[in-house]
Amino acid sequence: MAKVLVKGNEAIAEAAIRAGCRLFFGYPITPQTEVSAYMAKKMPKIGGTFLQAESEVAAINMVYGAGGTGSRVMTSSSSPGISLKSEGISYIAGADVPCVIVNIVRGGPGLGGIQPAQSDYFQAVKGGGHGDYHLLVLAPSSIQEMVDLTSHAFNKADEYRMPVMIMGDGMLGQMMEPVEFPEEEENAVYASKEDWATTGTKMERKHNIINSLYIDPNTLENTVIERQKKYDIIAKEEVMYEEVDTKDADIILVAYGTTARICKTAMAKAREKGIKVGLIRPITLWPFPTVAFDKVCDGKKKFLTVEMSMGQMVEDVKLSVNGRGEVEFFGRTGGVVPTPNEILAKIEEMAGGAK
Amino acid sequence: MTHEIIFAGFGGQGILFAGKVIAYAGMIEEKNVSHLPSYGPEMRGGTANCSVIVSDESVASPVIIDPTSLVVMNGPSLDKFEDNVVPGGKIFIDSTLVTRDVKRSDVEVYKIDATHLAQKMGLPKLANIIMVGKLVKETGIFTYDEIKKAITKMVPASKPELLENNMKAFDTGYNL
Repeated sequence: MAKVLVKGNEAIAEAAIRAGCRLFFGYPITPQTEVSAYMAKKMPKIGGTFLQAESEVAAINMVYGAGGTGSRVMTSSSSPGISLKSEGISYIAGADVPCVIVNIVRGGPGLGGIQPAQSDYFQAVKGGGHGDYHLLVLAPSSIQEMVDLTSHAFNKADEYRMPVMIMGDGMLGQMMEPVEFPEEEENAVYASKEDWATTGTKMERKHNIINSLYIDPNTLENTVIERQKKYDIIAKEEVMYEEVDTKDADIILVAYGTTARICKTAMAKAREKGIKVGLIRPITLWPFPTVAFDKVCDGKKKFLTVEMSMGQMVEDVKLSVNGRGEVEFFGRTGGVVPTPNEILAKIEEMAGGAK
Repeated sequence: MTHEIIFAGFGGQGILFAGKVIAYAGMIEEKNVSHLPSYGPEMRGGTANCSVIVSDESVASPVIIDPTSLVVMNGPSLDKFEDNVVPGGKIFIDSTLVTRDVKRSDVEVYKIDATHLAQKMGLPKLANIIMVGKLVKETGIFTYDEIKKAITKMVPASKPELLENNMKAFDTGYNL
């Protein structure tokens, strides 16, 4: 298929449709509204359902219900909207229901602003909602990767029966790049063949029950322990990351999404100045690619985590480096995007002044 | 070769569309491209800008700090971006709307009476494409035929008059 020039938000919507998603429940919020707008236009034409709910809370509970039937379903929002959805996300995780949730992050806390940010990292990977649960969290850094990871998100949600989050930021949502979409016939799954889904008994089988309430502590503990086994497998099998020029590097940048691209520019500038800089770009934020650090830590390499936040992922970088190297942080927040030169200045400082 | 171009002006002038023409042509020519719009409470009369990168290399940061070319269609945009243009870069000004001169002496400046010309041609909404015409001519970023191919693909086939008008505007800028 020929390449097309699309916005990140539209790319996710089209990719979802080509993955077989025919159900979308949402509520508009900048900077992700184009996902909803695209779905509103397209779904009625292909026999799907687009529904603008009365609130984010309603939308996520519609996702819960639709996901319970085994159908591929998606919702999208931006930071304050994801906070509202977090109760429902915890219920969905607790009921082992697959779905895809998109967060095109903007500055916070509170209503915050509408410009790009990465300050929802903690919310995405450390909870958000209550209880012992995880989301598989995918962080694309180009529009093509938004397309590819959307298919991946639906596949993994089905495979592990769990909610999967695609975490972008306002810049990825709004920018356009050429992308290639997969052919729908080769890529889509429309209906779950799972035997757990509430698809109607036809009086031929027992009822399937979708539920996250277990009054008896022992029963609840068992369900949580069972689910943890699944998380343990995911932590081993589903890690994704990109590694650039880490071998000879003295300083390794760690960044995801948009920030990783800005880091690549800073990295090139640093190498021109003779400072050996590499990059680790986590693609899965949970599970975090600790293995990437095991490969490069030699006690000499230093790490610089760069985020559009006050420093959230840097905690996981420190846990992964685990004392085997110095870990520093540079960030801008509130919708301010770090420049390559700011990052370069920090690199030079770490390298002991300009070489 | 990497072109980093900022288009800036008022909302409603077709600033984002002008950037899209360049990005689209880049895509057709199999270059690496990115088109990053400003977004927010933009509306007609407010400010709007977009950053377009066209490169033989893959595009790392889509944010342009120091553009190789700047296309401005209002005064505030010149104030905002003039200092950032790389030395030896090009500044394209819609001189109908930008009344002051460029302060820099280390850049090439092209003054195009675009809004006025567009009005005279009866195509008041296509001053942006006149600017694109001059940009393409002076930077050599694409050939005439490459841009024509891009505009032809971008304009709905059901509206041939739109294609004709856009090409008229493009030619006007290109032949200045």
